[in-house]
Formats: sequence, C-alpha cells, structure tokens
Amino acid sequence: MTLKVSREGSPWKGLWAVVTKEMADHMSSARMQILEILIALTAFGTVYATIQEIRAVVGHDPFLFLRLFTVRKDPLPAFVGLLGFLIPLVAIALAFDAVNGEFNRRTISRVLAQPIYRDALLFGKFLAGFFTLAIMLLTIWLLVMGLGLIFLGVPPRVEEVVRSLFYLGACLFYGGIWLAVALLFSVIFRQPATAALASMAVWLFFTAFWGMIADALAPVVRPIRFGLPEEYLAQFQASLALSRFSPNILYGEITLALLSPEVRALGPLLAFQLQGAILGTPLPLSQSLMLVWPHLTGLIASTILLFALSYVLFQRQEIRA
Amino acid sequence: MRGLAIETKGLTKRYGELVAVDNLNLKVQEGEVFGLLGPNGSGKTTTILMLLGLTEPTSGTVRVLGFDPVRQPLSVKSRVGYLPELVGFYDDLTARENMIYIAKLNGLPRGEAYRRIDEALEQVGLEEVADKPVATFSRGMRQRLGLAEILIKNPKLIILDEPTQGLDPEGAREFLGLVRKLKERGITILLSSHILSQVQKICDRVGLFYKGKMVLEGTVSELALKVLGSACRIRLEAQGSQEAIIKALKSIPGILQVRQPAPGLYEAEAEKDLRAEAVRAVVEAGGNLRGLEIEEPSLDEIYTHYFEKVEVER
Repeated sequence: MTLKVSREGSPWKGLWAVVTKEMADHMSSARMQILEILIALTAFGTVYATIQEIRAVVGHDPFLFLRLFTVRKDPLPAFVGLLGFLIPLVAIALAFDAVNGEFNRRTISRVLAQPIYRDALLFGKFLAGFFTLAIMLLTIWLLVMGLGLIFLGVPPRVEEVVRSLFYLGACLFYGGIWLAVALLFSVIFRQPATAALASMAVWLFFTAFWGMIADALAPVVRPIRFGLPEEYLAQFQASLALSRFSPNILYGEITLALLSPEVRALGPLLAFQLQGAILGTPLPLSQSLMLVWPHLTGLIASTILLFALSYVLFQRQEIRA
Repeated sequence: MRGLAIETKGLTKRYGELVAVDNLNLKVQEGEVFGLLGPNGSGKTTTILMLLGLTEPTSGTVRVLGFDPVRQPLSVKSRVGYLPELVGFYDDLTARENMIYIAKLNGLPRGEAYRRIDEALEQVGLEEVADKPVATFSRGMRQRLGLAEILIKNPKLIILDEPTQGLDPEGAREFLGLVRKLKERGITILLSSHILSQVQKICDRVGLFYKGKMVLEGTVSELALKVLGSACRIRLEAQGSQEAIIKALKSIPGILQVRQPAPGLYEAEAEKDLRAEAVRAVVEAGGNLRGLEIEEPSLDEIYTHYFEKVEVER
C-alpha cells in the first residue's frame, strides 16, 4: 500500500458558511453595536469640531479633506488619533473569544464533525472579523467624507480620495494584526476573559512601553563612544528601527505620510538631502506611497505571521474539551 | 453477508505516558446497534474521536464505512452523524438557525436543506419550538435537537457519545426510543455510555471498556454466560415433590445449576431461554406449576462481577 500524503478535498470547504455565520453574529451582537455607536459618535464629534477649525482655510488648502482626519481642535484629539485607539479595541473585541468560545459552548466538536477541515473554521473566523472591520471602516470613511461635503461645500479631489482610501487599507491591516493577536490568544487560553486581557496587555505594551524600551535599547546597540555626529545619527536610527517593531508606530508613520502630503521622510533628514527641495510643498502620491510601502508590507506580513501561528497551534489542539 | 460499518485494527492512542486506547480491534456490522460501555476515562470518547478523524491514532488502522478517517476525513464526516457528549449549540440562535448552519457546512443546497430540517425537527418532536432560541431549551430538547441535526445529513452511521447523560429517566427513555426508530431504518448506531442499564435494551452487541482496552465483547447473554456462567435465570414456583422437580430440571441439557431459595420456589441458571423445557420437565416430574419468570442478567451485574474478578486476580 502506498501512503497517501495528501489530504482529501479542499481545506476551504465550508469557509463561506463559517464567514457568513460569524459575520451575522458580529453584526447582531450587542458588543459590536456598542462599539459601532461609540465610533460613529467619535467620528461625528471630532470631525465636526475639525470642520469648525478648517473652514477658515477653504480655498487655500489643497488637501482640505485630508485635514478632516488630521487637524485637531482642542480639547478633542484628531480623528486619526482616536482611530488608533479604537481600531485595536474593535479588532480585539471581534476575536478574543473566537476559538475558546466554541470550546466553552461545547460546539467545537459538533462543528468539526461536519465535513470541513479546521482550516475553514479558523480562517473563516479571521475573515469574518476582517470583513466586519472593513465594513465598519468604510462606513466611517463615508461618514467623514459625507460630513466634509456638507459642511465644507467643496468636493474632494481625486488624490485626496485615493490617499484616504490607502489610509483605510492601512487601518484595516493594522486592525488585522490585533485581530490575529486576539485570535491567537483565543486559541491559547480557554477563558475568553484571559484572552481579552492578554490581547489588551500586548496592545498597551506597544502603545505605552515599547517606545521607551526602544529608546533605552538604542544606546546599548549603538553606543556613543567619541561623540561623533555619525554616532548620534546611528543611535537615532537604531532607536527608530527598534521602535518600528511596534505596529502602533508603523501605523502612526503610515498615517502621517499618507494624510500629510508635506511629510518628506519618516526618518532623520540631513541638510544635504534637502538641497533643492522647496519646503512645505506636498509630495506626489506615488512618493508618499514609496515612503510607507515597507510599513504596509510589515503590517500585512505580521498579520499573516500571527495568523499562521494560531493556525499551527489550533491544528495541534485536542478537540475534546 | 452484511459489510462492516466500522473496523479497527490494533488502534492505539497515547497521550505521552498515558495510553488512552490500547490495541483496539473493533468490528461493527452494518445495521447493528453497538454499545461502547465503560466507566468515564476508559477510552470511549477517544475511540470515537479517532473514528471521526478528529484525533489522529498513534498507531493502528481505522476503516469507517470503507474510508480511512485520517486520510479521507471529509468522506467519513459527510456520512457519519456524531452527537458529542453534552452537545452545545449557539444559544442566541434558534433551533432552525443552528441547523441551517450545519446544513451549510455540509454543502446542502438551500431548498433541500430546508426540507430536511423540517422533516428532522418533526421526527424528534421539536417542530413547535423550531424558531425559539436554543437558550430556552432543556437538556432533553438539546439532545433531541442534536439528533435532528444529525438526521439532515442522511447518515449511514450514527455515533452517540453518552447520549443519555444529564437526562432524567423519562427523557432518556424518550431519547432511546428515537434511537430505536433509527435502528429500524437500517442505520448503524454506535453509542457510548457509562449507565449500562439504560442502553442494554437497545444494543445488539456491546463492548466493555476498561483502561483503554475492550475487555469483553458480544451480546448481553454471551457476556453473561462468559462472566456470570449463565445467560439467564428461570424462576419457577411449583408444588410437588421437591427432589423430583430439582432432578428433572437438572437433567435438561443447558441448565447449569438449580437452587431452591424457598420451599416451592426454584431458580435455574440456564445457557439460554429454556422456559418451555423447564415447564415440561416440572410437569413430567408430577409438579403443579404456579408461576414462571425469566430474568436476564443486567449489564451492571456482569460488569460488577467482571471487575470483582479482575480485582481479585490482581
């Protein structure tokens, strides 16, 4: 007898059944409805405040619609700042009980006794969260654009629309990372509360502490021995490189480059590099994209890696509760 | 000759040092009801999970309906209905919504799925609560919903893990009645239980599990003969010469032992149902028959007796 190494059938069988069921659950769950209301209110509040601020410059600023996202009016933070908080929150809320919830409800063996592979269940749950996030972000985007149209009275330019859509994509993958983190913890921990807390802890770590740690580590990696300018530059770059391990930093830099076209570089700029540049002029879209391309790939790659990790762990898990 | 629905050879599952299932050779004929019986932790659920391909065997081979669950899990799972121990549902969905999800996972076309769902709900008597959230269901209703959900697959083999656990006696009786109806439709049924007396009546054959091994296998009377030394006990009440009656009873081939617990009462241990022969013998010995009863041994008795022997031998 020859040993057949391949598995029978497609690992994606049943995937859409899982995706639609999970999405229906997300859309109708009280948890998500609360978050959606929260986000809609913050979107409306901050954007409305911002509009009061930028109305004065209508006609002067070529990127009026992008300012809707980035300009802040005290005491409210800018809308992008709020999104940076809310996206991880929503993503974690979407996935922290994805797998352990099935175990706790004792539905896992019933579902896996159907002619599907585990792949479909896990990937379906991830995709459902991802699509839910996408729908939510798109709604917010439309809301902001709509408010802009009504209150500013000018239509957005094509470049503004494209830039903000790229920003939306970045938001989605930034959320994807936290979705994958929460999914991973939902595979590891049997208690949904533990999984939620662990995801929050990781998020807090990268939000509050990673910057400090990167600053502290940089002098170790690139010590300043002679006080040369090169050494200072190397240390600064090391600190920057380390800090970019945090998805929050990556996301922040993407936001900055995409929504503020005048930003020419995300690292240190030396005087000679600015030779011939007209300060304050915006970069073309393609150049801004070049600037954040590595960041975007980084976000997507981390999402895939984290998902792969939860996939491996889930495949090895015993089904009996 | 009927085919084999389940066949395992040398099936073994180890969790580190622990041997959950030890060299199991199990054969279940098509159309029969087989009971996997034994205390909790004796390897019944692990065996079932391996039959479904939900756990990989450490060694040995499995064939379920002619398929290998390790390599062809989808073929196995689309033909086998499985009701896990203390099955759970999505509580905020209705019974029908829960079933629609399962139908979709099975790839049933919508119209066909809805028709089968209605049919199955009616068979288990849940058609009136079909659109109520499962959160409001009792344990017994959940168990019946689990059965209904299996039926929409039109399974050839049904595996029930501790189906009567958590049910009150009335609920258990009702549930086993449903299982019996499925048996009449020619579906092979494998069920596990640690409450032996409940399942004794519906199993054609049983296998007794102990510490990962199937220590006894066969029909209940075969097991009784093997373990207790007799398959059934015939109780007679008769008047007449005691010696003559005892002698006549003892002379019947197949009667192993005759006791007299009280004057006029006789108990004969027999290899099989020998009531007719016993009556004839009593009458021929000049006795007046007053009463006749047959008592089949309970699985509990067989089980207890077996383990007493095992413990003594150790």
